[in-house]
Amino acid sequence: MWDYIKLIALGVVAVGAAFIANFARDFGYEVHALLVMVVAAGMFVWQLRQIDEPKPVPTNEYMDDVVRAGVIATMFWGIVGFLAGVFIASQLAFPSLNFAWADGYMNFGRLRPVHTSAVIFAFGGNALIATSFYVVQRTSAARLWGGNAAWFVFWGYNLFIVLAASGYVLGITQAKEYAEPEWYVDLWLTIVWLVYLAVFLGTILKRKEPHIYVANWFYLSFIVTIAMLHVFNNLSVPVSIFGSKSVQVFSGVQDAMVQWWYGHNAVGFFLTAGFLGMMYYFVPKQAERPVYSYKLSIIHFWALIFLYIWAGPHHLHYTALPDWASTLGMVFSIMLWMPSWGGMINGLMTLSGAWDKLRTDPIMRMMVVAIGFYGMSTFEGPMMSIKTVNSLSHYTDWTIGHVHSGALGWNGMITFGALYFLTPRLWNKQRLYSTRMVSWHFWLATIGIVLYAAAMWVSGIMEGLMWREVDAQGYLVNSFADSVSARFPMLVTRAVGGGMYLTGACIMAYNLWKTVTDAPEKASAPAAVPAE
Amino acid sequence: MTTPHPQSHGKNDPGTTGHSWDGIEELNNPLPKWWLYTFYACILFALVYTILYPAWPLPGGETAGVLHYSTRGAEAAEVKAWDKQLAPLQKKLDATKLTEVKNDPALMQYANSAGAAVFRTNCMQCHGAGAAGNKGYPNLLDDDWLHGGTIDAIYTTILHGVRSPTDPDTRAAPAMPAWGESLKPVEIADVVQYVLKISNQKFDAAQATAGAKVFADNCVACHGDNGKGNQAMGAPNLTDAIWLYGGDQATLTQTITNGRAGVMPSWSGKLSEADIRAVSLYVHGLGGGQ
Repeated sequence: MWDYIKLIALGVVAVGAAFIANFARDFGYEVHALLVMVVAAGMFVWQLRQIDEPKPVPTNEYMDDVVRAGVIATMFWGIVGFLAGVFIASQLAFPSLNFAWADGYMNFGRLRPVHTSAVIFAFGGNALIATSFYVVQRTSAARLWGGNAAWFVFWGYNLFIVLAASGYVLGITQAKEYAEPEWYVDLWLTIVWLVYLAVFLGTILKRKEPHIYVANWFYLSFIVTIAMLHVFNNLSVPVSIFGSKSVQVFSGVQDAMVQWWYGHNAVGFFLTAGFLGMMYYFVPKQAERPVYSYKLSIIHFWALIFLYIWAGPHHLHYTALPDWASTLGMVFSIMLWMPSWGGMINGLMTLSGAWDKLRTDPIMRMMVVAIGFYGMSTFEGPMMSIKTVNSLSHYTDWTIGHVHSGALGWNGMITFGALYFLTPRLWNKQRLYSTRMVSWHFWLATIGIVLYAAAMWVSGIMEGLMWREVDAQGYLVNSFADSVSARFPMLVTRAVGGGMYLTGACIMAYNLWKTVTDAPEKASAPAAVPAE
Repeated sequence: MTTPHPQSHGKNDPGTTGHSWDGIEELNNPLPKWWLYTFYACILFALVYTILYPAWPLPGGETAGVLHYSTRGAEAAEVKAWDKQLAPLQKKLDATKLTEVKNDPALMQYANSAGAAVFRTNCMQCHGAGAAGNKGYPNLLDDDWLHGGTIDAIYTTILHGVRSPTDPDTRAAPAMPAWGESLKPVEIADVVQYVLKISNQKFDAAQATAGAKVFADNCVACHGDNGKGNQAMGAPNLTDAIWLYGGDQATLTQTITNGRAGVMPSWSGKLSEADIRAVSLYVHGLGGGQ
């Protein structure tokens, strides 16, 4: 019966998409309608061929094939996102890379959201979904709830990414940073995300452990909050059901405030809470040590999620935003410092008694550097939210440096650590193909981040100082273009740093690939990680 | 899967919470003291700050804060302080004849630094950071002027713009017509050769001879009999090596066929009188002023 409902639904979507493609008002929307039509029709045929076939009954405890797919997708999107980043960084240093023949498709403005979405949502999102599925099963001692719903989440989310990224190149955007996709892509993500929530929550509800492990609190807060942020920030009215354009419900400074409430908490709950969930599982597993303090994990969790949600206005200091909102955004950011550092302390102190592993285990080293950068950027963030600091740092490269020390250092490195941990276990291998390559990856990535962040700090502070420099009579000393040309060496250094980070990730992809194909099998599969 | 870890944590063993998830246990360590007190200090700072500055939204308006600070107020005060400091100089600049400013070194120094700042903020987008111009935007460093290079002419150009649609007093230089509408392509090709000839470039003698007649019939009204231009009409000199759009054959053909009508905005009302005077003096002093 369920199969027939699926068939009907897929058929309706395919025909509906063909209909919409025919009447589409703009080219990008037409391309998307055709894409949806092809996907739905392909799934229709696939479903049709499967109908009345005997369904394989899951014989093992955990559902790991979807996690394996997630690991591959994470690695794939990581390379795509880093490559896009290195390219747009080079475009900033060498504007001639905005090729005339690709104008309107591959210029900086089109590719920049491709980079940000690919690294945050495609790389980070797939990493979060894959690890959350892995972790929630292990720490709940339960198979994922909802049968193939987890597969729907995986493919649905990746379809969202393809629609978003292709839309940017084709010029579809609602011009909200980190929330660029238009109304129909937003609706699709909402459906996928609610199913994700159901799968995660369903698994927790049927857990066999008496308590919910701390990693799952963080994952759950991430899923719930992102759902809320996504829905409110994307409230808009489509101009036509046959076109991509929509009009925001909020306007002016209200729209800006909702956007940065969203934007800041995308950092807070996607890139902080979600990845802390990752840390709370993979760091103690890799270190084989107990978590440092249960009490600290409770206090910093609740403090973090309560305080984070109010800090958004610090993105809008010295704008049309009223002073009172600015003040609150700033003081909540400052109060957020210690709750953020609670995670760092718990991560680092978990290593006490296992520090020697840093000498021998490059994966552990990666995780420690990740936690270090987490601590650094969660100190830098509150500092930059202080209005007087912000008046220097805002709109400069300093912000870019801050974001990337967090993103490359914390999110990237902890994800790499998790992928190195997961791959041998998921594919039932004794070990990684090469530990030496992990070491190479570690050093390339670390030096790359340092070059990147240092270049952007120097450049950002220089810009801030140049922009505000006035002579004895109060007249500006520098033109904006002066500050642009002064940035050049730093922009080149930044692109080189990014290139090193990308090279490291390519080495990682090769290493993981060879682990799956060439590393020796594990003799007997342990009960918790069965081969499917 | 559980990997037993060494149970001895030394004398101060806090013990674990007693749970194990997939082999992970949690120690019962207390909150680090420095962490807790720093957290308290941050909260205290936040409370004090919200008392001092506008913060809590309440029915009937937000709390103003005991310092009565506002971003706009602080900004306005800063602007006012500068204005107060500069007012005497600006007044003096407004009252001094532009040709006589150079006799007052302090005033000239003020005009130069103010003019440079005004230029960097408002003019360099078209004329370039070094005022060397761009295609379609005149170079302000040389002594070739479309509308006059005396200090008063420069002042008038900046004040009212060129062909500005918003300023009735703008320099009403006639646009270069699109001759493609009235001349045959062969005539345009001929006159291009003639212009190449009078600007001392390589040219085709036969075409240039034919072009001379086309030039005499159509172009001399603005560019003059000898092609040396006319500042009263904003018509450029065609005999020198300085070109606004380009002096090569292709660009000349394009210019003559489609016409040109560059616009310079009127700055009257957008910049203060003192700023316009300052930037006029600055541009005049760049090297080409007459």
